[in-house]
Order: sequence, then C-alpha cells, then structure tokens
Amino acid sequence: MNAVVLRRGGLSVRVGRRTLVLLAVLVPVLAGLALLGLCHGATWASPAKVVEALGGARGGANVVIREWRLPRVLAGLVFGAALGVAGAIFQNVTRNPMGSPDIIGLDAGAYTGALAVITLLAGTSAQLTVGSVVGGVLAAAAVYLLSLGGGLSGLRLVVIGIAVNAILTALNSWIVLRAELEVAIAAVGWSAGSLNGVGWGDLGIPFAVIAVLFVLLALLSRALHQAALGTAVAVTTGVRVERLRLQLVLIGVGCTATVTAVAGPIAFIALAAPQIGRRLARAPGIPLLPAALTGALLLQGADLLAQVLLAPVALPVGVVSTAIGGCYLIWLLAREVRRT
Amino acid sequence: MTATRRRQGGRVALLAAALVLLAGVAVVSIGVGAHAIPPAEVVRALLDRDASSDHVVVWDIRAPRALLAAGAGAALAVAGVLIQVLSRNPLAEPGVLGVTAGSGFAIAVGSALGFAGSAAAELGLAAVGAVAAVALVYAVGRRSPLRLVLTGVALSSVLAGVTLGLRLLLPDVFDQFRFWSVGSLAGREQSAMGLPLLVIAVALVGALLLGRQLDAVALGEAVAHTLGANVAVVRGLTLLLITVLAGAATAVAGPILFVGLIVPHLARRAAGASVPWLLAYAAVLGPILLLVSDIGSRVLLPTGEVPVAIVTAFLGGPVLIWAVRRYGEAAL
Repeated sequence: MNAVVLRRGGLSVRVGRRTLVLLAVLVPVLAGLALLGLCHGATWASPAKVVEALGGARGGANVVIREWRLPRVLAGLVFGAALGVAGAIFQNVTRNPMGSPDIIGLDAGAYTGALAVITLLAGTSAQLTVGSVVGGVLAAAAVYLLSLGGGLSGLRLVVIGIAVNAILTALNSWIVLRAELEVAIAAVGWSAGSLNGVGWGDLGIPFAVIAVLFVLLALLSRALHQAALGTAVAVTTGVRVERLRLQLVLIGVGCTATVTAVAGPIAFIALAAPQIGRRLARAPGIPLLPAALTGALLLQGADLLAQVLLAPVALPVGVVSTAIGGCYLIWLLAREVRRT
Repeated sequence: MTATRRRQGGRVALLAAALVLLAGVAVVSIGVGAHAIPPAEVVRALLDRDASSDHVVVWDIRAPRALLAAGAGAALAVAGVLIQVLSRNPLAEPGVLGVTAGSGFAIAVGSALGFAGSAAAELGLAAVGAVAAVALVYAVGRRSPLRLVLTGVALSSVLAGVTLGLRLLLPDVFDQFRFWSVGSLAGREQSAMGLPLLVIAVALVGALLLGRQLDAVALGEAVAHTLGANVAVVRGLTLLLITVLAGAATAVAGPILFVGLIVPHLARRAAGASVPWLLAYAAVLGPILLLVSDIGSRVLLPTGEVPVAIVTAFLGGPVLIWAVRRYGEAAL
C-alpha cells in the first residue's frame, strides 16, 4: 500500500505515500525559509517581532515587514510554485527533462510581449500580464510549429527552442536599445529576473491569474494521471489526449508569462524543480505537486541567497538561479552521457 | 575527368566572384556611418590618400573597423568549419558551443583582476578560456550533436550569470569591459589589433594547409590511416586552430554568435564535401557576412548603433532552426 486515498463527501483524492512524507518535510522547510525572508533585511527582525508584525502591530519596523518583506516572500513562494508547475507540464508534454519553458524561449517571448506593451502602451499591471501571456503563447506556437514534421522528438524541439530564444533575446536587446532611457534602464534591471522592489500593488492580478490556472490544473489532474499511463490507455478511458495537451500547454504558458510580467525572466527554476521534485517523490512521470513545492523552495531560497551573497547589494534572483541552474543542466547532461 | 575539371573551374570562378563581392561590401562598409562617404571617394582615399577630412575618417576609423570585421568574420567562419568537420556535427559552432563565451569570460575576469592591458595578455586569456570551454563542453556533450549544443548553451548561461553578478559587484571595473558582454565592433578600431590580426592570419593559413589532411580524416579513421594521415596529430592541430581562431576573434570583437554556424552551411553549397574548398570559401564568406552585419548594425537604429552580435543572432537563429530541421533527426 503506497498510496493514501483522502475522501470527503463525494470527492476523493489519491495521494502517493511518498508524496505525503514529502509534503510533511517540505512545508515546514518552506515555512522556515519564508520566516527567514521576513526576518532578513537591512535590519534583522527577530521571529517574535515578525509574528507581532503579521498580527497587525503598529510602528515603523512592522510596516516594513508587512509592506515590503511580506509581498516579496509571497511572490517568491507563489512564483516559484508557478514556475515549477510550468516546468513539469512542459517536461511532461515534450517528454524531455530539458523541455522547460525558459530553455525553449517562452520566457524570452513573454519578455518581448511585456517590452512591447511598455514601449507602445502605458504599461499597467494588467497590460503587462496580457502582453506577456500573448508573447509567451506566440513563442510556444512558433517553437511547436517549427518542430513539427518528423515527429516531436524531444531534443530537436529543445534546440529549435534555443534558436527561437536567441532570436527573441536579440529582438529584446534591440527594443531596449531603441527605447527611451528610463524604459531601457527599468527593462535591463528587469531582464535578469528580479524580485527586488516587488510590492503589494504588483501582485493582485498575477496572484489571481495563477490561482485560476492552478484550479484549472487541479480539474485536469484525473485526465493527466490517465494520460501518464500511456496514450492508448488514456484514449480507451475517454481522455482526448490532443486537447488535454493543448490545455496543459496553455496553463503552463500562462504561469510562465504571468511570473515574467512581474519579475522578468527567471531562468532555470522551471528546469530544475520538476526533476528534483520527481527524485524526492520517487514518482513515475513528473508529478505536479512536488514540482510546485520544489519550485517554491528553489525560488525563495535563491532570492534569499541573492540578497545575502553580495550584501548590501541585492542581486537579481535570476543571476543566482542562472548560475546554479546552468551548473545543474551541465550535470544533468553529464549524467545522461554516463548512463547511455 | 573533364567533369571534375569543369567543377574545379566553377569553384575557382565562384571564389573569385566572392572575393569581388567582399571588396565591394568592404567599400560600402567603409562609406556607411554617421558621416556617409560615397564609394568612389572611399576607393580614392584608399588608393591615393590626401589630407581631407574624409580621407582621415577612412584611414583612421572606418578602414580599421572593416579590417577588424573581416578578420573576426574569417576567424569565426573557419573555426566553425573546423569544428563541424572535426565533430561531424552540422550544428557545431564556437559561439553555440560556449567557446566564445569562455573566451569572453576569461578576458573580463582577467581584466578585472588586472592581468590584461596588452593585446598579448588578452589573447592569452582568450585562449585559456576557449581551451577550458572546449574541454568541458566536449567532455559532457560529445555523444550527440544536439547534446553538444545544449551543453554549450548551459555553459554560456552560467558564465553570463556569473558575469552579471560580477558586474553588479564591481560596476566600475566591469563597465570598462562591457564591450565583452556583447559582441560589437564599435570603438574597438582604436585598440591595438596588429597582433590579434596577425595571429588570425597565421591560423587561417595553417587551417588551409591542414585542409587536405582533414579531408582524409573526415572519411573515417581507417581510410585516413591508409591515406597516410596521422589522425591524432591532425585532430590535435585542428583543436589548437579552433581555440586560437575563436579566442582571437573574441579578443578583438567580443562574443559573436552564429557566424561560424551560418557560413559553413553557405559554403557547403558551393564547396560540397571538399574540406580545403570549404575552408577557402569560409575565409571569404565569413568577412562578407560580418561586414554586412556591421553595416546593418549602423543602419538599424536611427539614434545609434546596435551591437553586431544582435544582428548576427537575428540572422543565425533561423539558420540554426533550418539546420536542426535538416540534420536533427539523423543525429537522434
């Protein structure tokens, strides 16, 4: 018996035992990291002080914790989970551990969309989200269409994604060079992927979008489990595989683009989180819940590291995630070489 | 026999045509800029210099820049041919494989630590970075063409992340070396480039001399032995040339991607499978491509310049997609 079935009323959820253990371990670790994020800053606040501030106490230091540090920590957790889920979706669909949205150019596409909105329109939070999603969807469609013919083989799709990524990155640089100086400076800081200066005002719409996407994903989870058993089984149990794939990809693009709209392209979280989560959960396929938790852990951890590493300079979190994630990718490739 | 001779004649004619095109592009490139100079005046300035301001611009700024573009273009293109022939991987390229990024990173870090300053020191740093990158990428990714590309991309992004971190840590130091963060020819015509260009020229001649041996090696190890080629020596020399060419190009122009990918694919149309011809065409087409990209980099923005590496990425991305679609399956 390695699975537990939770029942409540007419609903039942089947959860692997290993996943439950993982939850019991990861959730306290995440809570610890979040607390650390709330304590750390220009001045160190004791955990007791943090609890007091969250309870609504008045006073300058409490306002700093509630208005500055709390949104940043929440952004780290939620965005990390969203990136982890997006990575898991894309790695499932492409059946390749390297088929994550940042490698195949979706981040760059979402960034192009956001830049277009900033330079052409007013660049409000809602416009940014829409622009990023449109950019991400177009990039995904381009990669998909270009990889068609001769089957959607994993590595081929990844390398075509890299090429699309290169073109879009060049386009982004060009847009930034053409833009007004103020826009250019903001865009360059943003291009590394950063949670610096994220406030409550930036988070309302993105959190709502991510919540909706997660609910949609939960509704698809049964079909997803059946699809994981193989296309033939899925079809006989009434799952329309092609439509499911399209829905999944759209949810994945939505998650990636929403994060990019607020924080810029944060590389490699989506690549590493699903694989680490899968190993921790020892699950077949690439399970979504461990990917989400690992993503939250990685992003929040990387953001803390980015703040501490060269203090008092707060690095963009994307710098840390890129350096660590790139090493991870090389290790992943080296391991596969040894195995084959 | 006559068919072969006719083909040989066709290749010579095509190469001559490419050389004429190269001369034309160079003249246009020297004429284009904030102050446009008509082609006839450019030619007059090059043949018979007088003291007019146009001639000063041509001799002191535009011609050195064109020479720089031509040298870097030839080096990158020939390095691309060598790496593709050696690894039998049509997707290989010094930029995509992270060799260029390795050189650029080594120069930036070396400069920050105070090692650089002279052209020789920069060349040395570039070579060290290129060797390290080649060794790492080849060790991890040699099993499959696509995997090699992925390893190179991963290495490039790690180095980019570290460089960005260092820039934020030491903004003053790294601002002086931001040229190397993105490949550009602007402003480099003033730096000392005699030594790097000489190194590139020597390495190009070396590559052309090695072409026949490489042709034999490309046919497979057994065939190469019977043809009298020492496979290990040829491979070692080729790796050395790749490192020197990619390193020297990066030292003068910064990391420029995709030139080494595009040009061999173009050259293969004319040269077929012959490695010596492939190298000869690459040595002429590479400069043409980089000169055209450099013209583009000056024309694309009304207010200033686009780094030439952005232009080559625009051109090179589609070529990579085409190459993957054409050759990718065979490699899987």
